[in-house]
Parts: sequence; C-alpha cells; structure tokens
Amino acid sequence: MEKINTILEFNKTCVSYTQQTMAVKYVTAQIEKNSITSIMGPSGCGKSTLLRAVNLMHKLYPNIRVEGEILLNGENILSMNPIEVRRNIGMVFQRPTPFPTMSIKENILSGFTLNSIRLDKYQKEEIVEQTLKSVSLWEEVKDVLNKKGTFLSGGQQQRLCIARALALKPQILLMDEPTSALDPIATKHIEDLLIELQKDVTILIVTHNMGQAKRISKHSMFMYLGEMVEYDLTENMFTNPKDERTKAYLTGQMG
Amino acid sequence: MGDKIFKIILFITALIIPLICGGIVYALVTDAYQAFDYFGFFNFLTSTDWNYTEGQEQYGAMPFIIGTLMTTFLALLFCIPFSLPVALFCGEYFKGRKIASILSTVVDLLAGIPSIIYGLWGFFSLRPLIISLNISPQGSSILTASLVLAIMIVPYAASLSSEFIKMIPDDIKESAYSLGATRWEIIHKLFFPIAGSGIFSSYILAIGRALGETMTVTMLIGNTNAIPTSITSTGNSMASIIANQFGEADGLRLSSLIAIALILFLITAIINMIGKIMIKHSRI
Repeated sequence: MEKINTILEFNKTCVSYTQQTMAVKYVTAQIEKNSITSIMGPSGCGKSTLLRAVNLMHKLYPNIRVEGEILLNGENILSMNPIEVRRNIGMVFQRPTPFPTMSIKENILSGFTLNSIRLDKYQKEEIVEQTLKSVSLWEEVKDVLNKKGTFLSGGQQQRLCIARALALKPQILLMDEPTSALDPIATKHIEDLLIELQKDVTILIVTHNMGQAKRISKHSMFMYLGEMVEYDLTENMFTNPKDERTKAYLTGQMG
Repeated sequence: MGDKIFKIILFITALIIPLICGGIVYALVTDAYQAFDYFGFFNFLTSTDWNYTEGQEQYGAMPFIIGTLMTTFLALLFCIPFSLPVALFCGEYFKGRKIASILSTVVDLLAGIPSIIYGLWGFFSLRPLIISLNISPQGSSILTASLVLAIMIVPYAASLSSEFIKMIPDDIKESAYSLGATRWEIIHKLFFPIAGSGIFSSYILAIGRALGETMTVTMLIGNTNAIPTSITSTGNSMASIIANQFGEADGLRLSSLIAIALILFLITAIINMIGKIMIKHSRI
C-alpha cells in the first residue's frame, strides 16, 4: 500500500468474547488521517467488534478481551484512560440515539454536560449553531432548539447524533452502520455530509452496503470470519480484488 | 353451546370481584355514617380526642392520620438509601450477572415474609436496641415502627425501580459512554431523568403498601391515642388503632373506627391509583 498520513493503527489487534473463540483475529492496518475508511463484511465477521474496540466500548463488558495494540497517533489506546480516549474518538450507532429527555440543544451539549464541563451561554450558543451547521441541520431546527430531539425524523436524529459526537471536536468518528435504519434520501444526505466532514475528522465506518463504501470511502477493509482479508484503496478493491473471498463478496456470491 | 356457557361463567366470575369491592365500600360507608353524622365529617377528621368514657364519648381521626403519615414518610425516607442502591446494583452495575439475580431474589424474599415476623423481630431485637441507645424509654415509638416498615417496603420500591433502570436501551447508554461520560455522570444525568418518573412511581406504590401495614406497626408504635409530639414518642396509626380496639368497640366507637377505615381505604386507593397511572405514563 502507498505511504499514508496515519492517525490510527491496528497492530495485531484481537478481540475475544470467550476463551476459545476470537471475534477479531490479528488485524493489522493503518487508517489515513482526514479520510473515510470503510469496513465491510458479512454479518458476524467482526467488523462492528473491531470498530467498538477503538472506542474502548469493550471495557463496559468484562468478558470481552482485546489484545494487540490500537495506536492513536502512535500511542496505544488500550492502555489509556477510556474517558480520555472516548472524548477524542466519537461514535455514532446503528439506530439514532438522541437522549430522550433532552432537547435538541441539550443533546448537542450533552458531551459537555455529561462530562461536567462548564460552558457560558455564549459558548453554548456558538457550539450549538456551529455543530448543527456542520451537519447541515441548523436551517431545519434553529427555531425548535428546545424541542425534544426525539421529535425529529430518523435522518435528522442521526445527523443530530453525529453533531453530538462532533461537538467535542474528536479526531476520529466511528460509525457503526449509521444509515442502515434510514431511507435512501436520508442515507444520501448522511453520505454527502460525511464526504464534507472528512476534512475535519477521520471517519471509520462499518457498512454492509457495498455501494456506500464505494461512494464515500477512500480505503476499504474487507473482513471475513474475524480476519482482515483485504485492505486497499476502495478503487483498487472494487475493480481488482486480490482475494477470492473479497471477490465473492463484492460480486454478491457471499454475504 | 359449550363456548357460550364458558363465556357466561367467565363473565359472572369476573363480575364478582368488582361487586365484592363495591360491597366493601358500601359496608364501610353505611357503618361509618353514624360517626360522621354525629361529629360531622370535617370535625371528625380534625378532632384530636379519643375518649370512650361513657357519657363523654368523643372521637376524632387526626392523631391517627398524623401517626400514619409520620410512619409512612419516615419509612419512605429510611427506605430510599437502601432500595435505590439495590435497584442500581441489579438494574445497571451487575445487570444480568448471577450476583444481581441472587440479590434481587433475596430482596424479593423480604416481600414474602409475614408481617407478624417483622413485628416480632422489631419487638424483640430492634426495640431493646432503641431502649439501650436511650432514644425512647419504652422502645416502642413512631421511629421504631418506621424503621421496620422501611425494611418491609424496600422490595416493592427496589424491584420496580430496577425494572425501569433496566429498560433504558443499551445503545442510549453506550452513546453516553462514547461521549466520555463516567458511570456516575450517566446515572445522575441520564438515568434519573429517563427512568425518574418510573422510579418515583415505584416509591408511590411502596407508600401505598406502608400506609396500610397493620401488624408490624401495631406491635411497635406504642399505641397511644394522641398526636405524637416527636418521632421518638409513641402513637397510633389508622391501621393500628383499628386493630387495637375493634374487638371491644361497639356503637359510636365502632362506627368511628370504621370511619377511620374508610379514610384509610380512600387514601391508599388514591395513592395506588396515582402510582399505577404514573407507571403507565413512564414508558421509555
């Protein structure tokens, strides 16, 4: 692979739920800064598991073990404080998850309130406006900022969740099939948004929509049964897959 | 044909229960009428006298209403610091783990212990302790009854609140963690607002339970018919005055006791209704 400006690096990363079985096996890959990288693969291939390890989500579940290294700017996040790591690495989930008791505004600011970071009124307004603009939601919601986030449509809710993660100015944004619960128009919206956002934040997205990977990501990783089968420029992978399994998946013979 | 008969039987049996309930209310109202008629409804509610000397008979419910409210709210106060941690322990920290199911089983077992046993324990174990700590000379007091009552209502408050805490979806929780929040921050800034009305309603139901608890309170409250001057003084609750005196009462005194029963019935019915309505509206 060509020389890239690496922000995140998997080094023989393994994830296991039980003693016997490994969900992710020795993944080694470098993720380019300010680009979109997609992780593809059939259900159960370990792609979400790998993604969640980057945010140390596995530390919430005592039976999950992660071995090897995951390096953020050369530093192993597995030995860092999860709170610090998560403030630097945001995450968006499959289902939109606005906090149900909070207004749109409070949702955007929840990263600060949950972390007990105090902001003055001016800072709050600035952050709310800027982040909502960055996910092109501002025009749609600027008059209803005090309404509950759950009143928005699915696509708007998902953009609100992206904004909530971006408000903390993370270096990396992890997305776990963020459009799988959305209709095609809302999906298109989000895809355009991600292409726009990559200049500010590195995006690592799990998807089983091959078209989506092709449309938005510079690099793609294909995983199968916990192994990283292939990792390349998206263009190369889609035109000329090196591994038979990748080829089978991309041509729809597996998945 | 068989279908039709079954339907009729079903209909009749289902109707019997509301009828019995209505019958209880009817009996309470008719038997209490004498007292309300003689003293006047509000006068009976607010009067503090309880005098059954013949010729000077004077009855009022106020000391017992206050006794009931004091024991109930003290019990609630003592119950929160135990039931809330149990709810968090089972509903969040050790959710789905063996230790949580052991704890919740033990707590649920508390709900199955007959109240006479709580009363005995309170009488023979807690009361001497209260005496030896010089809190109250007889050991029996509003405080003693409230402490035991608090233990009795812990399972009601804890198991329902932990259900509401458990209902918070995992991805909502993970979203909060993904923003770098600590568990404590998530609990008080996210869990309590989301599950708050559910938790609150479980305490309302616990109150409903405490209001009418009779045996334990009767054994521990000291049974004096005056407004308690402090939490360490003796008193009587609405349930305990009835339990104490119904056997020897007749005429106006019996009617007054039944009037107290009617008031207690109404209070608990309203409290339970509020709790049920709140549970219905606190979907997550």
